[in-house]
Amino acid sequence: MLVIQNLHASVEGVDILRGIDLEINAGEVHAIMGPNGSGKSTLAKVIAGHPAYEVTQGDILFEGQSVLEMDPDERARLGLFLAFQYPVEIPGVTNAMMLRQAYNGIRRDQGLEELDPLEFDDYLTEKCELVEMDASLVDRNVNEGFSGGEKKRNEILQMAVLNPKMALLDETDSGLDIDALKVVSNGINKIRGNDKAVLLVTHYQRILNYITPDFVHVLVKGRIVKSGGKELALQLEAEGYDTIMDAASV
Amino acid sequence: MSQTDALDSFVSQPYKYGFVTDVAYEEFPRGLNEDVIRLLSEKKGEPEFMLEFRLKAYRHWLTMTEPKWPNVSYPEVDFQDLIYYSAPKFKPQLNSLDELDPLILETYEKLGIPLSEQKRLANVAVDAVFDSVSVATTFREKLYDAGVIFCSISEAIREHPELVKKYIGSVVPAGDNYYAALNSAVFTDGSFCFIPKGVKCPMELSTYFRINNAESGQFERTLIIAEEGASVSYLEGCTAPQFSRTQLHAAVVELVALDNAEIKYSTVQNWFSGDENGVGGIYNFVTKRGICKGVNSKISWTQVETGSAITWKYPSVILKGDNSVGEFYSVAVTNNKMQADTGTKMIHIGKNTKSTIVSKGISAGESHNSYRGLVKIAKGAENARNYSVCDSMLIGDQCSANTFPYIESANSTARVEHEATTSKIGEDQIFYLQQRGIDEENAISLIINGFVKDVFKELPMEFAVEATKLLSIKLEGSVG
Repeated sequence: MLVIQNLHASVEGVDILRGIDLEINAGEVHAIMGPNGSGKSTLAKVIAGHPAYEVTQGDILFEGQSVLEMDPDERARLGLFLAFQYPVEIPGVTNAMMLRQAYNGIRRDQGLEELDPLEFDDYLTEKCELVEMDASLVDRNVNEGFSGGEKKRNEILQMAVLNPKMALLDETDSGLDIDALKVVSNGINKIRGNDKAVLLVTHYQRILNYITPDFVHVLVKGRIVKSGGKELALQLEAEGYDTIMDAASV
Repeated sequence: MSQTDALDSFVSQPYKYGFVTDVAYEEFPRGLNEDVIRLLSEKKGEPEFMLEFRLKAYRHWLTMTEPKWPNVSYPEVDFQDLIYYSAPKFKPQLNSLDELDPLILETYEKLGIPLSEQKRLANVAVDAVFDSVSVATTFREKLYDAGVIFCSISEAIREHPELVKKYIGSVVPAGDNYYAALNSAVFTDGSFCFIPKGVKCPMELSTYFRINNAESGQFERTLIIAEEGASVSYLEGCTAPQFSRTQLHAAVVELVALDNAEIKYSTVQNWFSGDENGVGGIYNFVTKRGICKGVNSKISWTQVETGSAITWKYPSVILKGDNSVGEFYSVAVTNNKMQADTGTKMIHIGKNTKSTIVSKGISAGESHNSYRGLVKIAKGAENARNYSVCDSMLIGDQCSANTFPYIESANSTARVEHEATTSKIGEDQIFYLQQRGIDEENAISLIINGFVKDVFKELPMEFAVEATKLLSIKLEGSVG
């Protein structure tokens, strides 16, 4: 579904990603782990098309098609979703308003009829229940005055509504207490499916207790230095990043 | 398309009201002196008191100098180079609106304000002011039956001199400031509304100002009086053709609310703002003030300022009656080389008076946008309350926004709260919405509409839709 080939990317002239190769198939969950500053979040943002990053080499293919020349909204409408590490506040714009516009845009692209506000409201309520989210949240302005946990849950709700093929979860677990982490993980698990893929960026192994990865990759200084199964995450948890960094001599 | 280009094209739509109507004019020669004022007063068939009012104002104006404190700059205005009276030639007494010059009817139709019986807006009475004169007022009979007087100020001076004499200059004295004094001397037309005791005005009243003549200034005067227990909602709209020469618009608006009365005054100002190089446009130097004279009265100003090369205006409320309420909701949009220095004054005199100020400034291009506001609490204003919030949004990095809040409190029981924020329309916000599948242009318009929501929700429904469209036209292409 997603193929990353020799990807190099920089921000303001500083190289962050230095040759990433990765292949993710439908139905798989991949976890990207790594120390702070290794380029984990950058990878997620570059895939989504954040304008601050420049791809200097390599390619990103989504369902066989290069997305590098596409605007972020085109990538999103193809089915790429990024759950933000720091969700952005948009004063005066309600969740429902934003999501209806976003969802109808996707439907338009798929040649489906747009939902009117009442139909959309029903659809939204159903998704709130699915991810165990308080329905009152949808009438509040996007992330404005939300607690850290509410912001993260809101990302998952948006993911449920937009129903992407590929979800990029950027440190969705950070700042969550154990109860919130369970709720968020349950939400993600409910949305998973054989035709969907997940790329989960995290610093800690904790979330992997709830969302079992098929593959774990360790990212250090912009390169994947080691890949393995879910046991690699446990090893990292026990030994820390230093051992692996030493072994990979980076 | 890069983000900067997208923002540029978003804010730089052409001005669609820039056409000129080719009508024959009756106009005065350029320049201003006492003879011009006498001629003007005679032309309008005014009673003696009005001429005296004008001459007094003129003599006072001669002793004054132009204010230099606003945060705007422009070449000196040559007041002797202006035409002070310019009216399209047509039969003075019309039996029906359909007798109006078809060119003028067509002009208003093009502006989206049809005046003819068949096409006029169903629940809005319109007074149409074309350069120096009111050309038509709709729904007069229906309003008259309800006891409401809604006509041009010229007609009110002739037909209801006792009311005009009692109230004109009572809120904005002739010598109040440089432009108010000039206006008091030479004002040509505007609207007059009188809502008698206990009457809720059955429809929205509105005045549509159009400057058509390239050489004339427009000096309009509006007076709205709501007697005890009366209420009215009034809307003002403004456009002008696209001329390379700057033009002066110096208006005075006075509102009087007696006991338990309520006046809601909304403005959508879209004067020509000059081109992208700052050539031409309207200098909009306006004095607007209301007095909550009676107890429990309320005056609310809502303004959407999207045009003019320079805007200088501070719609204010004097809260004299106990428990009276003043409100000011403003969205000021500047783009290209536009300059705006706008805000409000809330003068608390009565006990338990309350005021709310919500100001949203959006600056794009190389424009300057300043909020200037005064909250003054007099000694006797026990328990006065004010809440102010001033938010500025910057689009691009060549514009500027300033906030000048002044607070003067002489009463220790008063409570004044002020909040101010300045934000740049964020790359992060745009990216967030784009990541949800919303394209860049819609993302920007969503962010901007969210930013102004608290003000737009105060507009009468019919105009909120119009204002939303106008905002997106004004900012088309400027975000980045």
